[in-house]
Amino acid sequence: MIVIAVLLLTLPVAAALAALVAGARTAQAVTAAAGIATFGLVIALVPAASRRDLSFGTFIRIDALSVVFLLATSFLYAAVSVYCIGYLRGGHDGESFSRYARRFSLGLNLFAWSMLAAPMMSNLALLWVAIEVTTVISALLVAIEGTDGSTEAAWKYILIASAGLSIALLGTIFMYYAGAQVLGQHYNLAFAPLLQVAHQLPHTAVRLAFVLAVLGFGTKVGLFPVHTWLPDAHSEAPTPVSALLSGSLLAVSFYAILRYYQVAAGTLGPRFPRDVLLVFGVASLLIAALYLLDQRDYKRLLAYSSVEHMGILAIGVSFGAPVALAGVLLHVLAHAAAKGNAFMGAGVLVRKFGSKQISSVRGGLDLLPWSGPLFLAAILALSAMPPFGIFRSEFEIVAGGLAASRNVAAVILVVGVTVAFFGLSLATNRMLLSPRATRAAAASRGGPEGRPTGPAPLTRGEPSAWMVLPVVVGLAALLMLGLHPPGELTGLMARAVTQLGGPA
Amino acid sequence: MLPAQAPGAYTGGANVIAVLILLAEFGMFRQALLRDQIRLYMAQSGLISVLAVIVGAARHLPELYVLAGLAAALKVVAIPLLLRRLLRGTDLAEGPAGGADIAGSGGLSLASTILVAIVVAAFGFFAAGALGIRAVAAPVTALSVSVSVVLVAFVVMIHRRDVASQAIGLFSLENGISLAALVLAAGLPLILEVALLFDLLVAVVVFGLLIRLHHLTGLRQGRAESLSTADLTSLRG
Repeated sequence: MIVIAVLLLTLPVAAALAALVAGARTAQAVTAAAGIATFGLVIALVPAASRRDLSFGTFIRIDALSVVFLLATSFLYAAVSVYCIGYLRGGHDGESFSRYARRFSLGLNLFAWSMLAAPMMSNLALLWVAIEVTTVISALLVAIEGTDGSTEAAWKYILIASAGLSIALLGTIFMYYAGAQVLGQHYNLAFAPLLQVAHQLPHTAVRLAFVLAVLGFGTKVGLFPVHTWLPDAHSEAPTPVSALLSGSLLAVSFYAILRYYQVAAGTLGPRFPRDVLLVFGVASLLIAALYLLDQRDYKRLLAYSSVEHMGILAIGVSFGAPVALAGVLLHVLAHAAAKGNAFMGAGVLVRKFGSKQISSVRGGLDLLPWSGPLFLAAILALSAMPPFGIFRSEFEIVAGGLAASRNVAAVILVVGVTVAFFGLSLATNRMLLSPRATRAAAASRGGPEGRPTGPAPLTRGEPSAWMVLPVVVGLAALLMLGLHPPGELTGLMARAVTQLGGPA
Repeated sequence: MLPAQAPGAYTGGANVIAVLILLAEFGMFRQALLRDQIRLYMAQSGLISVLAVIVGAARHLPELYVLAGLAAALKVVAIPLLLRRLLRGTDLAEGPAGGADIAGSGGLSLASTILVAIVVAAFGFFAAGALGIRAVAAPVTALSVSVSVVLVAFVVMIHRRDVASQAIGLFSLENGISLAALVLAAGLPLILEVALLFDLLVAVVVFGLLIRLHHLTGLRQGRAESLSTADLTSLRG
């Protein structure tokens, strides 16, 4: 097992080093290999982690909850690293391609590494450090195109997220203070002993630490009202990065909140932390659902959908019933697969139509024989349509809410999800199903002599097979999560639910 | 009512340093030039290191000496050097061109902003005092002051409208948190403190790179003040 943990922490770094020294093609191949290998390694962790907590040395500790988040991150790392082989080819030529692709692979691997490291940390201070590292690396990836928009988005992102994480650091320090009251001045913020003595910790300090952590890490999760960096960064980043940001970065930050939730629930009882999460969750869900109704940019549309889904996660935890918690963990996985697919599909649309505006994309289903239907499926999956995984997870969350007699919140959840479905499907309909501009229509809009002024009409076809393959795999994963999750995964999540549910 | 007991030399000294750190934070409002702001940040960071030495001596925590040395090397020497190097050639580092303009956010005048900052600082001071946190390495008053520093740093970041001084506002926010950490978490193992400092270094490098990028974008667009945030308005909705 220790070999797996060490490999998980070294493979992405090795791939990053390869990107530094090797050529662009090699860098991409190594990245894809590292991504797929990482996913395989995490799967190999599942059976052991569903039986016991693994800890290696002082600073690495992997339990069932960590493995759930590792699964989401490594799956997207693998999918995106394959997708990039096709994606990068379309954007640049010759010398600039080689430079760009190598820098991109370097950043991508380091970004994945930091996100894999965060759930493996045994220590709340190192967890904070890992999450701060994800911020700075991903900010560079957001800015990598060097356009005006991406510079602006990267600046807003790093400033807001770092300020938020400073708040989380303050929360970490208060948590240390609380732990040191019981465990002595030389306590090192390790998580497991803190949880064991949770019932003895001083209440004020833990309460403060929890709220500061929710607000601080919530900035990176994208909870309202500290979500404002999120749509900008998601829409301006290169699309593979958007997929990682949305599917795993937000989830990893949510993982940090869950750790504080565990301690806070142990100290204060479940009531207070659940109420805090409920307020943030409901606000995020409702605001995001309303924003979804009126978006012109389809990458922003998907970004607001992420805010919505993070709100659902927070609401699910606030319900507290075991079935709701199981739903939350499944939701993390299913959202990673669905949002990854949606962003990867959006990347194909960007390559095909050369625009992120919903109004410039027409007839997608005709022009893209594979990506069109796959994008449609991803949007339906995001809107919690059966038979996909998100349907199952949201069903469980709502059932848990009703079981915990949080009826009003459960109703709000259903209404919010419905509004979001409406917004998402409206935009997708326009892009995929409305007929594309024909030559005649283009001519009628032309100059006085009737010449078409626009670019040549697009032909039917996919930009690259590499950009389709990972999406097909993602769709298969969504179907599997929705129809019949494998037994090992269910066992893993059952153990994680017991850990989250705590003694209460 | 009994007369308040005069604080001992240790408590008094620590509180004075904490208040000086807060004053340095307020000083950030009036520095129009980046050079001066960096100098103020160096002074503030130096004060934190001095306080770390005092706490280490009074509470017999020898690790704090090492921490103070490392923090001083990083925040008083390395980070200012790095920032100056990265900002060389930008309008803020050079001189007063446009210097008068960068100081205000346009929403509120400088005087009103400082009034807001005083209110916010007082709120933070009394709110932290009301928490009733006791029995810690440094005096509790310093904790209240550190919360004020954090809140005032947010006002600085809101008030400023060029990317470089926003970044320095953020770093001084981190100084406020270091102050809180000295009070609450003086016993935190050195290796974790080092990890936090290393992380700060990485963040500073990335901030510097993004500021540079912002500067180049500004030049490309032909903006007079290449570091101004006035044009960061295209993404909304």
